[in-house]
Amino acid sequence: MEIIAQRPKSLTDLQFTYCPGCTHGISHRIIAEAIDELEMRNQMMGVAPVGCSVFAYKFFDCDMAEAAHGRAPAVATGMKRARPDMHVFTYQGDGDLAAIGTAEIIHAANRGEHISVFFVNNAIYGMTGGQMAPTTLPGMKTTTSPYGRDETDIGYPIQACELLNSLRAPYFIERVSLLSPQDILKATKIVKKALQFNKEERGFTFVEFVSTCPTNWGLAPLEAMKWAKENMLPYFPLGNFRDKSIEGGE
Amino acid sequence: MAEKVLMKGNEAVAEAAIRAGCRLYFAYPITPQSELIEYMAKMLPKVDGTFVQAESEVAAINMVYGASGTGRRVMTSSSSPGISLKMEGISYIAGANLPAVIINVQRGGPGLGDIQPAQGDYFQATKGGGHGDYRLIVLAPSTVQEFADMADLAFDLADKYRNPVMILSDGLLGQMMEPVEFKPAKTKEEMEKLNKQHYDWCMHPNEDEPDHHHHEINSLEIDPLILEQHVIKLGKKYDKITKNEQRHEEYNISADNKVIVVAFGTAARIAKSAIDQLQEEGINVGMIRPITVWPYPYEAISNVLNDKIKKVVVCELNLGQMIEDVKLAVNGKLPVEFLGKVGGILFTPDEIKAKIMDNRGE
Ligand SMILES: Cc1ncc(C[n+]2csc(CCOP(=O)(O)OP(=O)(O)O)c2C)c(N)n1
Ligand code: SF4
Repeated sequence: MEIIAQRPKSLTDLQFTYCPGCTHGISHRIIAEAIDELEMRNQMMGVAPVGCSVFAYKFFDCDMAEAAHGRAPAVATGMKRARPDMHVFTYQGDGDLAAIGTAEIIHAANRGEHISVFFVNNAIYGMTGGQMAPTTLPGMKTTTSPYGRDETDIGYPIQACELLNSLRAPYFIERVSLLSPQDILKATKIVKKALQFNKEERGFTFVEFVSTCPTNWGLAPLEAMKWAKENMLPYFPLGNFRDKSIEGGE
Repeated sequence: MAEKVLMKGNEAVAEAAIRAGCRLYFAYPITPQSELIEYMAKMLPKVDGTFVQAESEVAAINMVYGASGTGRRVMTSSSSPGISLKMEGISYIAGANLPAVIINVQRGGPGLGDIQPAQGDYFQATKGGGHGDYRLIVLAPSTVQEFADMADLAFDLADKYRNPVMILSDGLLGQMMEPVEFKPAKTKEEMEKLNKQHYDWCMHPNEDEPDHHHHEINSLEIDPLILEQHVIKLGKKYDKITKNEQRHEEYNISADNKVIVVAFGTAARIAKSAIDQLQEEGINVGMIRPITVWPYPYEAISNVLNDKIKKVVVCELNLGQMIEDVKLAVNGKLPVEFLGKVGGILFTPDEIKAKIMDNRGE
């Protein structure tokens, strides 16, 4: 019998704790597949954030550290500096990376730490039950923006790729989405590219996933994907922002 | 015997840490500890070490967390306001059973306070500071030599118990120069051994352990019954440390003591001068100087009490913090008096002498 699909080695056999239809499962899988394909697992250390993916340290089958809320890039810095012979990635939500952890991500990127950051942008705080995130869209209702996000009061959503693209050190920055099979295939390629650069010690690599949170958006999984395509993509345009491997890519 | 060199406390402890095998150091500048971070910035690259000036104390302590997760000797330092920022990370380090060394070169507080020596962080260091049930081993030096010696001790204790250790110093010890004698630096073989000492739990390349691809550094246990067991286990570790690691110095303890002074760190240093002067005048005053302020040497204090002693005098550079532990040790048997100084101002030996004479009951 020929095996045509199986669980990546870089995922444990634990059942995910994510809601049905949540895109966290997809992003975990494509990261794990890339780690396997690039044969990085034996030297891989990951950092799990605080958020719905807090248990990522149990799901990825490589060495893992669970960080305090927002601190993953600092923890990753310590890990990579202590073990330059190993590879490091972080996996962070939008509250984690773009609110409480803004200082840590900007400075890790600015130092050009040789780590990969995977950023899950679902425009909401999933784990704590649907509060406003730094990426919540203008007018979008959440439990802490019950009348809709008022950008004149609380500001506009933060565009993480654009923000980090103002820094000189990052090697690779790209925004992908998990909103259709084609998008997921593209995301798979980009994740692998980022980890390939990581393996080659090229520098700081960053991949943002435009994701969904069906549960807290109050939408069925497919409706959530449709909603995200219509509402998130105009504000969070997909594409490459930085690729220093290409001539003139800086 | 090794040669003595004249050095500031901040530099001496940094040099001693490097000799003890510390090759990773993450910190943010703050007075009065800046000579420490500057020494590390200069010296660590010369021994293939890593120095990173972090964007904040929060980031620095989290870099320590990450580096410690790989089982390497790692240190950070700061002064009071920066130590407050490190408290989140210290709680995570303690919760994840990680070894690490943190130096607090205390200054006056609360808030921004001033930049003079003080002991106002005693409660923060010994009673918590961060959230949750955890303990820091806290060492309190009173000379530059002792400050330096404590770097070695702190790393050994941190590794032995997989627990964060704080050296609770202050601006005086950090800034003053005294002759110091250093232990020899760890040899290459010793470093190799140190770097692998935690391979049973730390993150490291998995080739060395082909069937085990998953080392976890973590303080999260969402199931209350599992967290209960985790915290009970931490408690047992703290009991063991309490039993094994109390350290104190007895100074001029004799049968004719009518007053016993209890002081730590810089306060004890000044109290020693007062006691020496009184001795020249024919008055014998004893002193207990806790060297570990956690675990606190309660018994060392209760053991010296006898019928002849009238009072216990506690001297601290704060409004009265360690005095609570002294009262626990004395357990109501004797009155406990207090002499404090705040604002980053030191008391003089004369002030301590006057306090002692007032309490000799003559
Ligand atoms: C210091 C601290 N503040 C607040 C929290 C509570 N908290 C847990 S998860 C979370 C939000 C996470 O949202 P996000 O990063 O967007 O991830 P998601 O859950 O959406 O995947 C918050 C505020 C915490 N654990 N620690
Ligand atoms: S709450 Fe939202 S982000 Fe969290 S697991 Fe459920 S669907 Fe996913």
